[in-house]
Parts: sequence; C-alpha cells; structure tokens
Amino acid sequence: MGRLTVAGPTAGLGSKSMSIMGTRVVRVEDPVFLTRGATYTDDLTDERLSGALHLTLVRSPIAHATITSIDVEAAREAPGVVAVLTGADIDLEAPLLFAGAPKQMVRPWLATERVRFVGEPVAAVLTEERYQGPDAAELVDVDYEPLPAVVDVREALKDENLLFPDAGTNTCSVYNAEPPDPDFFADCEVVVTREIVNQRVAAASLETRAASAVWGDDGRCTLFVSNQNAQGARDEVAGWLGVDPKSIHVILPDVGGGFGAKIGADPEFALVAWTARHTGRPVRWSESRSENMTGMVQGRDQRQTITIGGSRDGRVKAYRLDVIADAGAYPRLGVFLPVFTRMMAPGTYDIEKVDSRATVVVTNTTSTAAYRGAGRPEATSAIERAMDLFAAEIGMDPAEVRKINVVAPEKFPFTTKGGVEYDSGEYAKAIDLALEASDYATLREVQKARRERGDAKQIGIGVSSYVEITGGGAFVENASVEVHPDGTALIWTGTSPHGQGHATAWAMLASEQLGIPVEKITVRHGDTDHVPEGGGTMGSRSLQTGGVAVHQASLELIDLAKQRAAEILEASVEDLEVDTANAAIAVRGAPGSPTVTFAQLAERDELKVKTVWDGKKATFPFGSHVAVVEVDTETGKVTVERIWAVDDAGPVLNPLLCEGQRHGGIAQGIAQAMLEEVVFDPDGQPLTATFADYGFPSAAELPSFDLVTMETPTPINPLGFKGIGEAGTIGSAPAVQSAVVDALSHLGIRHIDMPTTPLRVWEAIQDAVKEDG
Amino acid sequence: MIPVGFEYARPDSVDGALALLAEHGDEATIMAGGHSLLPVMKLRLAAPELIVDIGRLRELNYIRVDGDEVAIGAATRHHDVEVSDVLATEVPLLPAVARTVGDPQVRHRGTIGGSLAHGDPASDLPAAVLALDATIVLRSPRGERKVPATEFWTAVFTTAKEPDELIVEIRVPRTGNAGWAYEKFTRRANDWAIVAVAVVDGRVGLVNMGSTPLRASATEAALAEGRSIADAAALAAEGTEPPTDTAGTPDYRRNLARVLTRRALETAAGR
Ligand SMILES: Cc1cc2nc3c(=O)[nH]c(=O)nc-3n(C[C@H](O)[C@H](O)[C@H](O)COP(=O)(O)OP(=O)(O)OC[C@H]3O[C@@H](n4cnc5c(N)ncnc54)[C@H](O)[C@@H]3O)c2cc1C
Repeated sequence: MGRLTVAGPTAGLGSKSMSIMGTRVVRVEDPVFLTRGATYTDDLTDERLSGALHLTLVRSPIAHATITSIDVEAAREAPGVVAVLTGADIDLEAPLLFAGAPKQMVRPWLATERVRFVGEPVAAVLTEERYQGPDAAELVDVDYEPLPAVVDVREALKDENLLFPDAGTNTCSVYNAEPPDPDFFADCEVVVTREIVNQRVAAASLETRAASAVWGDDGRCTLFVSNQNAQGARDEVAGWLGVDPKSIHVILPDVGGGFGAKIGADPEFALVAWTARHTGRPVRWSESRSENMTGMVQGRDQRQTITIGGSRDGRVKAYRLDVIADAGAYPRLGVFLPVFTRMMAPGTYDIEKVDSRATVVVTNTTSTAAYRGAGRPEATSAIERAMDLFAAEIGMDPAEVRKINVVAPEKFPFTTKGGVEYDSGEYAKAIDLALEASDYATLREVQKARRERGDAKQIGIGVSSYVEITGGGAFVENASVEVHPDGTALIWTGTSPHGQGHATAWAMLASEQLGIPVEKITVRHGDTDHVPEGGGTMGSRSLQTGGVAVHQASLELIDLAKQRAAEILEASVEDLEVDTANAAIAVRGAPGSPTVTFAQLAERDELKVKTVWDGKKATFPFGSHVAVVEVDTETGKVTVERIWAVDDAGPVLNPLLCEGQRHGGIAQGIAQAMLEEVVFDPDGQPLTATFADYGFPSAAELPSFDLVTMETPTPINPLGFKGIGEAGTIGSAPAVQSAVVDALSHLGIRHIDMPTTPLRVWEAIQDAVKEDG
Repeated sequence: MIPVGFEYARPDSVDGALALLAEHGDEATIMAGGHSLLPVMKLRLAAPELIVDIGRLRELNYIRVDGDEVAIGAATRHHDVEVSDVLATEVPLLPAVARTVGDPQVRHRGTIGGSLAHGDPASDLPAAVLALDATIVLRSPRGERKVPATEFWTAVFTTAKEPDELIVEIRVPRTGNAGWAYEKFTRRANDWAIVAVAVVDGRVGLVNMGSTPLRASATEAALAEGRSIADAAALAAEGTEPPTDTAGTPDYRRNLARVLTRRALETAAGR
C-alpha cells in the first residue's frame, strides 16, 4: 500500500498559492554532510585547540565499592603524561545533578571514597597525545573493597543497602505520597491489574560524548561540546566551576545524535574545562563506545503497576498507575520524568477517575535522564497495555474499547483528571484512519485463518492510541533575522538542531514571509556569544517555539522594513505590503510603481530584528498506530511486517522533514518494543556495553512504514504547530508490543514485557502451554 | 579503544611468517583479517607484542579443486568464499554460510583461516567445516600436518594448533548436489548466531551449542538408521551444554537446535 495522506479539518498550510509552506523542500544541510562530512567536536581543527592535552578518565570497573587507595605514581611516570588527578586535586564542590534530590546525593567529580556505578570516573589522566592516555590510565592503581550492589528498584526501596548512607534512604523523590484509596475501583464491574516493565534503554548516539576547552587571556573559556542546548550547558558548567556564565563561550559543532541524552551538561564537560584551566593548556576529551554505554545517561526504566476498571460494555471508569522509577546512581533528569508520566497517565481517554503515584530510587547503575519521549512513552505504554488487558478481560476488540473511551472532539480544550489541558484532538478519527489504512478487518481474518490452520508462524495485530506533550515546560524561544545588502539573510536561533533540519525549516518560514529564497538564507545556532539565550532542541519543542519565533521575527522585520520604506516610497505604512516575488516592499494595489527591496533597505541601515516568542503552553500531538507482527511460535522470533502510523502534530511545514522525524521515531519505538534493553547483572556489571550486545536495530529489522497524516492545528501558536520529534516512538512501541501479545492471545497470553526478544517470547509460550496442559 | 602498543611485521611468504613465529614465540600473534583479533586488542583483552600480518599473502589466498576435495587457502576472505564459482558447484554449503557472516565490511576483511583459528563457538564457518568433514592443514618449521575438523577444536577459543603453527589450507570434500542447508538464528540481521545449524549430506554441525562447534551425532545416527526428519531433529541437542547469555538460556538454545535442525533437514531434503 502506498502512502495515504489525509488532510485534517483545517489543514492547508500549503493552500496559499505559491506558498513554500507544506512543501518538500530538500534539506539544505545535506550537501555538506554528503560531501565534506560533518564536523563533530572530536574532528575540530580549530587553531585555538592546537597543542591540546587529551583527557582520559579512569573509570570504576565495579558497581559499588569503597575506595581504599588510589596510587597514581606509576601513571605519572608514563610517557606523555602531564598530570594525573584524583578527586582530592579538584577544588570544586561536588554537584547535585538534580535539584530536587536529597542534597547528599551529589556526584563527586572523581570518586574518592566510594564508587556507585560501573563507569564512574575515579581519576583523570592528561597526556600530550591521545594514544598515551589509555596506557597511563592502566597504571592508575585503585583498590576497591566491594559493597553489595543494589540493582533492582524493589531492593533499593527496602533501604537495606544504601548508596548514600548520609541520606538515610535510597529514595530520591516521591510524587503523590497519598496512599491509594481502597475503594477506588468499587463501582467497577471488571478490574484488571498487572505489573509491567518499561525497560531501560540507551540512546546509543553514534557520536559519543565529547568536549574541548581552552581558556583565553581574557579569562574566558571557549568550550566546544556535543550537546542539544548550548545555553543550558553553559549555565550548568559555569555553575559547577563557580564562574559567571558570561565567562564561558559554548560552541556546538555538528552533533551526531542526542535523543535526549545530550540535554544539559555532563560533569565531564566541567572536568575538561577545569583541567584546561588547571594545566593552562587546551584540553580535549572524547569517550569510547564502551565508556558511552556506561557513562552516558540512559532512558526509561520504570516498573509500573497498572490497574484498570470499568463495565462490561467497554466503558473504562477508573485507572491507576503506580510507578517505581530508577534514577541510577546519581539523580539526574530521570528523577523528574515520572512527572510527565503522571501527567499523561490517562492518555487519549476520558476516564472518570485517574490516580497515579511514583517513587524514584537510586541504584548502582548508570544515571537515567531523557530519551526520545522522556516520561510520555512510559505513560502511553502503560495505559495502552491496560486497555488491552481490559479488552481481553471483557472479550471486546481492543480497537473498539479504545474508540469507546477516547476523549470526544467536542470536548477540546479538554482538561484531564490530572489537570492537564489537551489543546486539540480528534482521537477517534485517528484510530479510524489507522484501522482503515491497515484494513483491520481483513487482518483479523488472516489471523483467524492462520490460527485455524495452526501455523507455526502466527500474526498479531496491535493498535495504539496516543497523545503526548510537546514543548512542555520550555515555551519561550528567541530568533533573530537579519537581511544583508547582498540580499542574503541570516537567522540565529536558540534551538539546537542535530539532524532535525532547522536550517531548512527556519529558512522556509522566513522565506514565506520575506520572499527571500531558501538558498539565500543561512540559519545558525549553538554559539552562546551570538545567541546568549536559548532552550535548545528537546521535548519536540523546536518548531512550535523556535520556528514560530522565526515567523514572528520575520513579521517584525517586515514592520521595520515598512517603516523605513514608507519614507523612501513616500507612502504611509498602512499602504505598504511585501512583494514576495521580489523580496521587496511595495505599495499595495499599485503594480509597476517603485518598490524597495529588503537588500536595498539593508544597504542604508542594519536591517535586523530579534524577537522572543512565548507560547505559554505546551501542545498535545496525537495519533494512532496499527502494527502487524509475525511471531514464529517455535523460536519466539518477532518480525514486524507492517506499521501504519497516523500522526497528527498540526500543520506540516515540510513533509520531508516531518516524515524523517516520524521514521526515526517509529524505528526507535519498534526497537524498544522488540530488541533494546540495557541489562546489568546482579553485581551491577553492564552486560550490554557494546554494540554487539546492545540490541539496537538496523534497517533490516524494520519494515517500510506506512504514514498517514492528519493535521489538527493547535490554538497555542499562530501557525498551529505541535511537535513531531517523539510522537513516532510513543505511538509505535505500544502498537508493536500489543501485536506480539495479540499473536499469542489464543494461547491465553495477555502480556509480555518489552523487549519482546525471541527468548522472552518463547518462554512466555512455554509457560502458557505448560499452564494449559 | 586504543590497543596497547605493538610491533608490526608483514612477511612476504608463509616461510617468513613461520620464521617470525619461531623466533618470537608467545610474544608474536598472527593477524589475517584482524576482525577477531583487533576488537579484543582494542578492548585491551589481548596485548601481543608483535603482530605478524599474513592477510596479504597471495600464496594463502585461493580456492581450487584438488582431487576429491576443494582446497581453500587460509587467508581467503569470507567474501571470496561467498562468491566462488568453484564452491557454488562443488561445496554449495560454504558460500551460503559465508554469506551470513557479519556484514559486507566484515566479509571483505575476515578470513576462513582466521575464523577457524579463533575458535569462537558462536562463529559460522567452523560448524560448517565440521559438518563438511573437512581437514585443516597446519604448517610449522617442523613440517606440515593434517588435522580432521572433528579433532581441531578442543575447548572454547582453543584449537589443536600449536603456537608455532599456521593454518595454511582447509581441504573440503566435494559434496556436489548432496542436500545441504544453513539455518542461522539471530536477533538482528548482522548478529552472531544465537544458535545455527549446518546440514550437509546427512551430517549436522551446531553453532553456539557448547564450548566448541559440535556435531549433532544423535541426529546423524538417527538419520543413518532411516528415521524421520522430525524424529532425528528432536535429538539435535542431545549431549550439548549450551551457554547462557542475554540472548538465550540453555533450554532455549536446545529448543532452537531442534527446530533449526528440523528446518535445515527439510530444506536439505528438498534440494
Ligand atoms: C562486526 C563483526 C561481526 C562479525 N560477525 C560474525 C558472524 O556473524 N559470524 C562469524 O562467524 N564471525 C563474525 N565475525 C568474525 C569474523 O568472521 C572474523 O573475521 C573471523 O572470526 C576471524 O577472521 P580474521 O581473518 O579476521 O582473523 P584475525 O582477527 O586476524 O585472527 C583471529 C585469530 O586467529 C589467528 N589466526 C588468523 N589466521 C590464522 C592462520 N592462518 N593460522 C593460524 N592462526 C591464525 C590469529 O592469530 C587470531 O588469534 C564478526 C566480526 C566483526 C568485527
């Protein structure tokens, strides 16, 4: 089946004739990437970095231990070594990486007394050449006295083994301490409950973490980092170093993937800056893949108990979500994410009673933080599993149950029981479109036939309905637009594209208003001296904040141009309009009369505006996915055959970019559902620290995606944009998981945790067959 | 990901390589494609002092019919096995197995001799060579000897090869049209096998079912007695002690061995 594009009720960004909006403008970023290649932090040949030292970190091979001694003498004698540092040498206060966590849960710059996860930095080695670093690091002699590792969140909750004895507890946050109401489900005919796991995954960006720092004679530090937000990284590093943020100049070279794991600064960045100041030399750092798989923050990791109740006619009346989330060893953004999970707990459904709570604990594992979706996929997977369990219990088609319970279109803006205001949505329509595109009824017939034949390979069909929150919390963004006398334009943005295509998209937005062709517009970002404020790129926020800021800046630039043109054209401002064909200001309704181009205006005086857009609210994109999987019941192997994705993030600015975001998102959702899981053994040793062991997929594991587009605008911004970056991940994972379970439902199987690996699926089948027989 | 420093030599003949091995003993390590050796060196799990690179020795890179056998030079790349016309007609199992190794980059670097010498029970080619009843030709300054594949792998990552010996050739009986099949079970397309089964002419080789590549002898015996494929395949895991890792438990691997053996035997019977 080809792509079906369905226009929504008020669609039509591209309806204006000659408009660039809604068109497939080819990415302006790509020629350089495809020819010269990207320049990542580690590729920099910037002369400020010449003569740089190389930082190598000695990392703990043990998850939980007391350090009894660290001997660096032999390492100091190794060839090329300029300095070997331990925690005792670093005169900075150890940072608390999540403000709300108990204050004892600080992360030492370099561990001196205790290590709390495999990969924790213990010593820093600075060498003249990079290859000398690992040789010297091997000579650092650390004595560890192992402590029992706390790996399981339930174990952590017992508070028997404490990671931070001074804190007196492993719990770092509790959201909703109210005990659950025992009568919550009293009026429900049917109640189903189940513990499920939303497993830990790794962002596994192909570019690992990297930073380079150099201090100038003016006392300022230039810091190159691989990150999703230059300004945030600057502020954090400045805070850690105890210096004025103005004295740190952060520059982002190309970034090879972030997926949320490169939000905020890593403590390593500050170590790079500090060691550069300490040695008076530029310092470079770039981690290896194995370091990345233990050192970079990881995502998800919630143990959830879902309880759903309702009546046999399919109406859900009450839903409860209890979460235990794993923060890893040192609390970071992961501690906050259950807030998003709780906000989005009821999903697309209009449920009378919703109750949720979350407890976040520390364990002897890598810290957790944002990963594509960050808190929302956990909510969606939970409610979608609950819907399936409920449907199975009452014997109703899972798609039908969803349609009965979704929020009706006339109820928008809709405030959930959790007090979250959904801006706009057509949830039932999205489900219908997905069912129609996939020919759901026929799929069920194919399934029935295979079951009747008793084939070894069965098919399963999974339906998800999702709504998520984008641009949550970071509603403000700035942009500047400047037109030059040669007719080119320069945009600076506070967003931080690393694959999303802002250079193309922002240029389209300005071009639409100004008439300057896209190829004459340069978009720049990620330099705190040029853009001192900015929220970066995360949480699917960029188009609805940074993009809208560019739109607003373009309009303000037109106002400014009109004021200046009024004098030249001897007309009143009200009589002027933009002649987009010529990138000029013209007198309305007077064809042939004199005009003045933006370039001419720029020749006379700087033509530049900077503006700040404040959306004040988040937006709520939504959709519905249908997945078909084939499960080989003899081996447990799951193959995703098809996936139909109806995604609605408001009007589509550039289908090419939007589809790219959806493809990547869907792939990562499928990956979580089928393959990916970060695993630690009971001693806290990571078992998935290489790409041979960590199960991220290649194109060979994925089908071609069938995309169906809906465009329901948000009232929150003038262009109606919502975010699309994470939607695919949020919608696809539950659809695929549900399909796997559905393929085996005739065996009495109601749930299989993600990832639905061959082993896990096969074991579920064995258990079901055993119970049966 | 930076290995410990090492010396590097690229002798221009097998004799040159053997001389270096004899001279440097334990300190020298042969490198062919480097695709098993270099990863462990980068993780600093191995730190040889001298690398003797035989990867470009033309005298070790050939595939030719020699009597009842096909002779394959030890430094022949997986890719060359994959596309060999000689093997396609004489030993069609081998190209089919080579095609499943890693990805194209790996197949253009890795060699058959390296794969056999490395002795990873999860590797594809050793089990195929075992099922083919091939012979491994070893050479040292003491002369040449032939070891049947059935005696070559002695423990995990351990072979009958002495430290001063080089694998120079693999001699594979010509199977021609005899039924064959390779069933490799992976999580992802380019992964190592969780379990794989090579079948040729009623013989069955197992990948990743123990500390060495194995023959499913109970299955082979049952087939020889004329029992059904289903019955014979049910015995495929007999006597095995498969490993445990994140991809599989011993029970799961035993199941895979039985299912894959049945499927491979059915395919082989259908050829
Ligand atoms: C990403 C990746 C994926 C892979 N996937 C697979 C897979 O799916 N299936 C699979 O089977 N393999 C796989 N491999 C391994 C690959 O097939 C290797 O090429 C092979 O195992 C070793 O061959 P080599 O020539 O590279 O040996 P090298 O790495 O050069 O050497 C390996 C060992 O053998 C010794 N040696 C090499 N040649 C000789 C010789 N002629 N005589 C004596 N000793 C010798 C060396 O001293 C060394 O100890 C993969 C490798 C990589 C990097």
